Amino acid sequence: MANWIEACSPDDIDAEDVIRFDHGGRTFAVYRSPDDKYYATDGLCTHEKVHLADGLVMDNIIECPKHNGRFDYTNGKAMGAPACVHLRTYAMKIENGKVFIDIG
Amino acid sequence: MAQPALDRRDYGLLGAEAEKAVEAGLKSAEWYHTDLPRKEMKELMKRSDGAAIRDTMIWLGLMIVFAGLAIFLWPSWWAALPLAAYGVLYGSATDSRWHECGHGTAFRTQWMNSVVYQIASFMIMRNPTRWRWSHTRHHTDTLIVGLDPEIAVMRPPALFRVLLGFIGVLDAWDAMKTMVINAWGHVSAEEKTFIPETEWPKVILTARIWLVIYAATIALAVILGSWLPIVLVGLPRLYGAWHHVLTGLMQHGGLADNVLDHRMNSRTVHINPISRFIYWNMNYHVEHHMFPMVPYYALPKLHAMIRHDLPAPTPSIWACYKEMIPAWLRQLRGENYFLVRKLPDSAKPYRPELHGQTPAAAAAAE
Repeated sequence: MANWIEACSPDDIDAEDVIRFDHGGRTFAVYRSPDDKYYATDGLCTHEKVHLADGLVMDNIIECPKHNGRFDYTNGKAMGAPACVHLRTYAMKIENGKVFIDIG
Repeated sequence: MAQPALDRRDYGLLGAEAEKAVEAGLKSAEWYHTDLPRKEMKELMKRSDGAAIRDTMIWLGLMIVFAGLAIFLWPSWWAALPLAAYGVLYGSATDSRWHECGHGTAFRTQWMNSVVYQIASFMIMRNPTRWRWSHTRHHTDTLIVGLDPEIAVMRPPALFRVLLGFIGVLDAWDAMKTMVINAWGHVSAEEKTFIPETEWPKVILTARIWLVIYAATIALAVILGSWLPIVLVGLPRLYGAWHHVLTGLMQHGGLADNVLDHRMNSRTVHINPISRFIYWNMNYHVEHHMFPMVPYYALPKLHAMIRHDLPAPTPSIWACYKEMIPAWLRQLRGENYFLVRKLPDSAKPYRPELHGQTPAAAAAAE
């Protein structure tokens, strides 16, 4: 069942960047792609639980700041060692000038 | 002040120290970072293919030139001159290429990182899969005894082994032994502590490919009745190793272990431009450990931005060895001694209580 939660305003995130969003004891990473689309994944790297929001966004890739593990944030796919387990992704929508994430 | 006697510690990844480190909360812990605004960090982390392509072309181009000269001059002793340069590019410059491309930070285009990583791994004789995971652990648990598989000088220091490192003998021997064991289809118990099972087949496949390459090189030497193929492939890892050992020992040599602050266990050293090219700026080692996503060409800029929060850089290679060697000798005599990095007044203080030490014990160590 959908559970839409307001995460931020669209302008809170630069294009090709990421921010951290915490809710209900969980942490998420919310991305804005270079073509101004919004995506969300779990906030911690599946390798060693480091906050991805401190990492680097390059095109559709988020790189973990600790060991450079890479994920495709549009689908959560781990792109190679040391990131071997995919990230969970979440649906996003923009409504009334706000970015919402479906945390399920 | 008299130092307490040094306990002989178990640096093995399966030993008692590993358990103690886990119990003390030192495994995969939170490390100190200097605060930097996100915008500035993003600028520093930005990748560009240009600098790395330029440097890689210079590196490989020089290797071809020096190898060509050596072949031309062989078997005259004059061949030793180009071989000396070729050796450093093969047996030392590959250490930093292996390192930077392993992080994936040299090039923006990832396949370029992968290609250079594979080439450099072969020359430096580090199985690319095994060492990727080993280095990942080194960054998670830097200088944590029993957890970090890449501690170059342990306490008490095996100084003869360190000296042999300058000619790569033991490294190459260990690498060859491991290659044969891996090629046989076996991954050691220690390797299994940091390499996930899904990656073991890659370790074994690479070892087999390398074994074939070395066998072919030896076969060519036999067919030609000349040492030259071996002098150009494999042997440079020995006669050209000195520079990467010289610079590599400075990274953490003589400094504190079991602390969660890279300012205390890593060292930044000012070095000459040629060494910086060979070493790809890894002399900015505190900066690299604190922010491993920053590519080598942005490290000088990062250093300038956070130097207020770091110990003063060691001014030269000479100065670095002048402080490391006496520290190692004291450890060799059995003292539990290490070099304490002094932070400037502008820095956020080191907090020993976060690392299982009392402030009084840390002060006594000074």
